[in-house]
This record gives sequence, structure tokens and C-alpha cells, in this order.
Amino acid sequence: MLDDALLAIDNLCVAYDGSNALNGVSLRISKGELICVVGANGAGKTSLIRSIAGIVPSSGGSVRMKGVDITRLPPWEICEMGIAQVAEGRQIFSALSVEDNLLIGGALKRARDDQMGTLEFVYQLFERLRERRRQLAGTLSGGEQQMLAIGRAIMSKPEVVMFDEPSIGLSPALTDVMFGVVKSLNDQGITVLLVEQNVAKSLALSSRGYVLENGSVVLHGSSKELLENPDIQRAYLGM
Amino acid sequence: MLSLWLNVLASGVLIGLVYGLVALGLTIIFGVMRVVNFAHGEMVVFGVYIGYWTVRIWDIPIIAAAAIAAVIMFLFGYLLEALVVKRFVNRPHHYQFIVFIGLSLLFSGVLLVSFGPDPRPTASQLSFQTVAVGPLTLDWARIQAALTAGVLIAALSAYLKYSAFGRSLRAAADNRLGGLVVGLNIPRVYAVTFGIGSACAGVAGALISPLFDAQPYLAVDFTLLAFVTVIVGGLGSFGGALLGGLTIGVAEAVAALMFTPSMKTALPYALLIIILILRPRGFFGAKEV
Repeated sequence: MLDDALLAIDNLCVAYDGSNALNGVSLRISKGELICVVGANGAGKTSLIRSIAGIVPSSGGSVRMKGVDITRLPPWEICEMGIAQVAEGRQIFSALSVEDNLLIGGALKRARDDQMGTLEFVYQLFERLRERRRQLAGTLSGGEQQMLAIGRAIMSKPEVVMFDEPSIGLSPALTDVMFGVVKSLNDQGITVLLVEQNVAKSLALSSRGYVLENGSVVLHGSSKELLENPDIQRAYLGM
Repeated sequence: MLSLWLNVLASGVLIGLVYGLVALGLTIIFGVMRVVNFAHGEMVVFGVYIGYWTVRIWDIPIIAAAAIAAVIMFLFGYLLEALVVKRFVNRPHHYQFIVFIGLSLLFSGVLLVSFGPDPRPTASQLSFQTVAVGPLTLDWARIQAALTAGVLIAALSAYLKYSAFGRSLRAAADNRLGGLVVGLNIPRVYAVTFGIGSACAGVAGALISPLFDAQPYLAVDFTLLAFVTVIVGGLGSFGGALLGGLTIGVAEAVAALMFTPSMKTALPYALLIIILILRPRGFFGAKEV
């Protein structure tokens, strides 16, 4: 099979207690791309990310990273393959210090050797985290917690980072900052899968997009095409 | 009279440190895995028998017996988690209760079949040695047990606070999903945690083997004792386990002196009720359980 995709997802299905959250989703991400998956609440965005990450078992289909089938691997082995995520709800360790949160992100074998170097990189990216490195993560503001979740993902030296609604709960100004961070990480060579409800901003940032509805991809194409699509404009962009 | 009181208080504090170690084992398992090990007392009794047999056969110091108990019980706890407990960690609590109560009955049965119901006094020389410290006359066995327990509690706290594995363990306790998100090997963390918790119980058992007669039925008392200690201190809290242990140790000793020795086991429960009324989450209880 001719496939030079970094991450190839074919016909992925997820079911919870008999009801389907994902009905055969297929998508491709090439190295260095920034693509987005947009959709409303309950469209299956989080199920998609969690099943790629191995946290939620898939009931069918496959996920391949550089041609290696990782569908049945446990989450920690998938992380070792270089797939990190900035999870829905951030999922930081609130009772641990900011620095401990970051060091845990960097505890994977692939990242361990250069842990201090990566930590310095994260602190340069988010000076705020350096200032608060001894503080408990639970005492950070929402925006700072989001920075921490991103920093923690970077600590694992990933090839792909999956962002699950990084803008949720943030002010419009902070949302722009967060999208700026996503973009700059992509500029530095990290492949990005951005999952968002904020359709306009995600499409503006990405090169290609997939539209997810009720667990299926109903549309995909270049972000430019999708932004000009009348159905998208009506359903998601309020035009 | 004063010196009698001082003696009683001191021996209460000493045994309280050992109770603290027992409670620490229970609290670390609960804190990380959110499962309640009803077979914890049996783990202590395994330790008592390990202490009893190793000292009897090889005539080794009690500290060496405790080290052997630590290794055996760590492996035992690790395997028990990886083979059995693992399958129930994500089940509802009532499933877990049944599993742990079943394990507790199984272990008691194994102890009964192996060693019989009769108490076996260790009665090594150590059991009768005393040390005079000022006005106090203390059992040498009790001092050794307390010092070892105290050092272990401090070492374990430091290990969890500063080591990379300790960090992973605290992270898994804080947010399991978060742990999966960053690629923590949660099953391994859980198995090691259960091993550490069991080792705490086993070491405590070996340390007190010169003081208590080895007997399978001790297990129930120790499970209850560990629960009272942990609840008094606050579930999931290290400092709480230690403070709870000291409180219970002293309360037992004082009750035996003030009332009758048979009040020894009753007073801790009275204390438990009072503390739960005043501080429903114990001395250092976490806000969220």
C-alpha cells in the first residue's frame, strides 16, 4: 500500500456500551502538517483522540504510525512512538508542582536523556511556567494550566501532538495566544492534529481540515475550500 | 506514679510508630489506586510469621527479619496486584470489597492451615530485654521496632517526594487519566504501589513479632487498627497516618492503665467516633476522597 503518511487512521470505530461514538473515521497526517478536525460537542472529537492514544479501546479499524500498527498498543507505548496529546480538560496533576508535572511529561524513554534541555526549551516558550515552577499546578489560572498541559506534551519530545480543544474555557485573547503557540510549534517541525469547536480559527490556522458529525467524517478538504463551503459557513460559521 | 505514666506514654508512642507504618501501607494503596485493602491485617500477620520463623530458625536480629519480610511482602503484593487486584481496580467499590474480603478470608485460611490456630510466642531473648532511659524502662524490642518504623516512614516519604518513581506515583494518585495522557505505565505504578503497601504491613508485622504472639486471628485486629489509624489521620495522608498511629498507640496504652487492659481495644474506637464528629475528614484529611 502506497502510504507515506506519518499517522494513518483507517475506518476507526469506538463504541461505548453499545452506542457508537466513532463510526469508521479515516484520516491522514503527513510529517510537518497542521491539520484540524472540527465538529460540535458530541461529534466524537475526544473519542478520536483518546482512541488514537490507546486510552479508549477501538472496536474496529486501525491506527498506524510510520506504517507500524499501533491500534492495540497501550497508551504508554503509543506515547513512546512520539504521539503526545494536550488533553480535553488539560488533565494536569493539580497536587504536584509545575516542574514535577513537566518532568513527568519528560519521563518517557524517548525524552529522558535530554530532559533538562527540553525543560529549558519549555521554560523559554512559557516564561510564566518558569516563574511558577515551584507552585502547585492546581493553583494556576486556566490559561497557565493550558500552557502547562502543552509544555508537558512537549517534554515528551513528540513527533505529533494532538490538541483536544486547547481554546476551551479561555478568553478570546488567550485563545489567540494558544493558537499562536500551536502554530509556532508546527513551524518548529512538530506535526499537529488540532481538534476544535472553534471552526473559523482552526481552519484559518491549518492547511487541511476534517468535519466530524455524529462520529463520521462528513467533509474533508483544504482549509480554504472548507472555509468557502456554504454548508460549513451556515452550520459552523454563522454566515 | 509519674514514672509509670511516662513509661506507658513512651511505650504507646513507640508502638504508635509501628501502627503508623501499618497505616501508611493502607493509605498509600488507597491514595494511589482508590481501592481499600481489607486484607491489610493479613499482610501484617504474614510479616509476624516471617519474623517468627526467621528469628527462630536462623536466630537473626529482628531488623534482618524485617528486611526479609519487606522483600517477600513486596513481591507478594506486586504479584497479587498484577494477577488479581488489577482486574478490579476500575470496577465499582462493592466488587472490590467482595474481592478483598475474599482475599482476607483466603489468607486467614492459609495461615490457619499452615500454622494452626494456637498462638506462637516468639520468646527470643529480645522479647525480654529492657533498656533504662532516665526514669523509663523500655522493651528493647519495642525501641528497635519504633526506630525502624520511624526511619522507614521518613525514608519512604523522602523517596516519594524526590525520586522519579515517587513523582510518577504521586501523579498517578492525583490524576489517573492525566497519567495515561502523558504515558505513565499505570499498571506498573499500581503493582509497585501495592507492593510497597504490602511491604509496609509485612515489615511492621516482623518488627512486632517479638512483642505479639504469632496467631492467624491477629489479622482482623490489625485490619481494623489500620483503618482506625488511617481515618483518624485522614485517608490518603502520610502525616495523618503517622499522627493517627501515634494517637492510637498512646490511647491504647493510656486506656489499659486508666481503666482495665480490656479497654485497650475499645478506646481507639471511642476516639475514632469523637474525632470523626469533630473533624469528619480526620486530622489531615484531603478535601476530596
